[in-house]
Amino acid sequence: MERIQINELSFEVLTAGDGPPLLFLHGGDYFAQHREFFDRLARHWRVVVPRHPGFGNSERPHGFRTVHDLAYLYLDLLERGDLGKATLVGSSFGGWVALEMCIRCVDRIDRLVLIDSVGVKFGGREERDIADIYALASEEVLRRSFFDPARMAPDYARLSDDELTAIARDRQATALYGWRPYMHNPGLRQWLHRVSVPTLVIWGENDGVVTQDYGHKLCRSLPNSRFEAIREAGHYPQIERPDEVADAIGRFASAEVL
Amino acid sequence: MKIWHFSEMAYHPAWPQLGDSYRVIIPSRLYDPKVGADLYHRYLNEWALCDELGINIMTNEHHATATCADSVCTIPMAILARETKRVRLLALGMPIGNRNDPIRVAEEYSMLDVISRGRIEMGFVKGVPFEISPANTNPAELTERFWEAHDLILKAMTSHDGPFNWEGTHFHYRQVNVWPRPWQQPHPPVWMPVGSTGSAMEAAERGMTIGVLNTGWVRTPPIFEAYRKKAAEAGRPITQERLAYMALIGVGHTREEGWRRADQILGYSRTSGIVAPQFMNPPGYASPALSAQALKTSGGGFRAGRIQSRDGRNIDPRTMSVEDAIDAGLVFAGTPDDVLDQLRAFYDHVGGFGHLLMMGQGGLLDHDETVANLTLFSREVLPRVDNLAVM
Repeated sequence: MERIQINELSFEVLTAGDGPPLLFLHGGDYFAQHREFFDRLARHWRVVVPRHPGFGNSERPHGFRTVHDLAYLYLDLLERGDLGKATLVGSSFGGWVALEMCIRCVDRIDRLVLIDSVGVKFGGREERDIADIYALASEEVLRRSFFDPARMAPDYARLSDDELTAIARDRQATALYGWRPYMHNPGLRQWLHRVSVPTLVIWGENDGVVTQDYGHKLCRSLPNSRFEAIREAGHYPQIERPDEVADAIGRFASAEVL
Repeated sequence: MKIWHFSEMAYHPAWPQLGDSYRVIIPSRLYDPKVGADLYHRYLNEWALCDELGINIMTNEHHATATCADSVCTIPMAILARETKRVRLLALGMPIGNRNDPIRVAEEYSMLDVISRGRIEMGFVKGVPFEISPANTNPAELTERFWEAHDLILKAMTSHDGPFNWEGTHFHYRQVNVWPRPWQQPHPPVWMPVGSTGSAMEAAERGMTIGVLNTGWVRTPPIFEAYRKKAAEAGRPITQERLAYMALIGVGHTREEGWRRADQILGYSRTSGIVAPQFMNPPGYASPALSAQALKTSGGGFRAGRIQSRDGRNIDPRTMSVEDAIDAGLVFAGTPDDVLDQLRAFYDHVGGFGHLLMMGQGGLLDHDETVANLTLFSREVLPRVDNLAVM
C-alpha cells in the first residue's frame, strides 16, 4: 500500500484503476474482505482508499480523536486538487465521516454514496438505532453483519500476525472515534440539509447492525437522495454483493438526474 | 508485614441463578434488598472486628455484578472511618479512569482521611476490562484518562492556596479547589493494583505501592522484580513497604478445618472470571499485539483467566481445588503453622513484600466461620509474620 502525506500526517492509501476519481471511506472492520469490490470498482474508476489514521498501519496523531478530524483530513486531501471532483463513497463508519465532510464543504465532491452508514441519531434516548456490537457475542455480531455469516466469517487462525494486528488496530480506532456517543454525532442531523450533492443511499436488506428502516430515515433526511436496497446482504453489501453494489454506484454516477 | 482483610461483599445468593456471565448483563431482580442489607451489615461487622484483631481493612469495587456488591468502595470506608479507631483503611480502589469526575474522588478521599484522622490509603485502579461497559468509558483512551485523573487528583489534594486551572485532554476545570484538605501530608499513601510488569514499572517510577492480585507463584516474581528494577533506576529507595500480595487465607485448628474454609473462600476465584466473552477484551483496552493474539487463539475476546501451577500446568480457576490453589500460590491454608510455612515459602520465592492482602472472607464462607478465620489468624499467625525475612 502506498503512503500519502497531508500536512504533517502520513497514512496508508490503496489506489487502483483508471477513470473518474472515487474516494472510498471504509468502515470499522473487515477491510481485508474488500478486495473483490475494489477490483470491480477499478474497472471504471480511479479508486482511492485511505486507511484512516489509527487504522491498519496508519498512524494516529495525538490530537486525532473525533470523526471531525477525519472529515477535515479528507477535505484537505480533496483540496489538493489532483483528484478533481470525486465521487465520495462511505461504508458504515466511513459513511459517517463522509456525511461530516459534506455538511462542511461539497466543492470537491461530485456525488455521495452512503452504504449502510451510521453517524446520525433518529430515535429517542431509550431507543438504540445502532446495534451495540461491543455488547453482543461475536457470533451474533457476524450474524447481524452478514447475510451469510458462514461464508463471510474470517478464519482468524489462518491470518498472519501483521494481518491480525491490523484488524486489532481497526477495532481499537473504531472504538476510539465511535465509543461515546455511540457511532453518531448528536448534532449531525440538524445539518444534513447541507448535503446538497446527489446522494445514493445503499442498504443491505439483511443489515442487523443498522436496519433498512434507519437507512430510509437517513435517505429522507437528505435533500437530494434516493434509496437502493441490496438483496441477500448485511451491513457490508459491498463485501457480500460487490457486483451489485459497484453496478448501483455506476448507474447512479451516469444518471443525469435523480 | 502489614496484614489487611479484604472481602468483595459478594451477593452469593444469586449465584445459582446466573448462567455463563456473573457480570454486566445480570438483572437486578435477582437481588433481594432485604437479604442484601443483612449481608452488607455482616461484612461490615467483620471489618469492624478487624479493628479489635489488629488487622487492617481493604475494600474494592466492581459494577453490575453479584460477585462484588461493593459498587462504591468509599461507602464502607466511610462507615468504617468512624466505626474503627486503630487500623488503617485501604480502598483498592477507585476506578479513576472510569469515573467522570476526578475532583469528586479527591473530595471523597480527603473527607475520609480527615474523618478517620489520617488512616486512609488510597487506591487508584485502571479497572478490569468488563468494568468498561457499566461505565461506558472509551476503552481506547482508558490508560490516558487514568493517568490524567491521577495527576489531577494528587494536585488537587496537595494544592492549598486556592483554585488552580486544569484544561487537559480528558478533564476540564477552571477552579479546582478541594475542601477539606487531607489529614496526611502531603497526601495519603497511593496504591495501584498491578497485573503486568509494564504497570509495575509505571507505579515504580511514581513511588506507588502495588497490590498484586491473583498472579500466583509463576507471574508474581517478574512483576515484583520489574518494580524493584524500575524503582532503582528512578532513584527511589527499594522497600518492601511498596509491595503487596493478595492471597486467599483459610486457617483452622486442624488442616482440614483450614482447607474447608479456604475451599469456601475460593468461591471468589471460581466465579470472578465468569464473564460473557464480548466483555473480556473491549477494543483498545489491550494493545493491538495482545488483541491480535487473542483473535488468533479464540476468535474474539480473551478467554477467562488461567492460573498456572508451580510446574507450569494451566489450572482452570472455575474448578480449581484447594490443593491446586495452594500449589499456584493463590491460597495459604491449613493450621497456623501450615499458613506460615506457605507464606514464608512464597515470600522467599518472590523476594519479599511488605503487605499481605488477606482475603479472609470470600464466596460462601459464612459469618461465624469468617470470624473464626480472622480471629485465629490474628492470634496465631499475625504475631509471627514480622519474623519473615528473605532467605
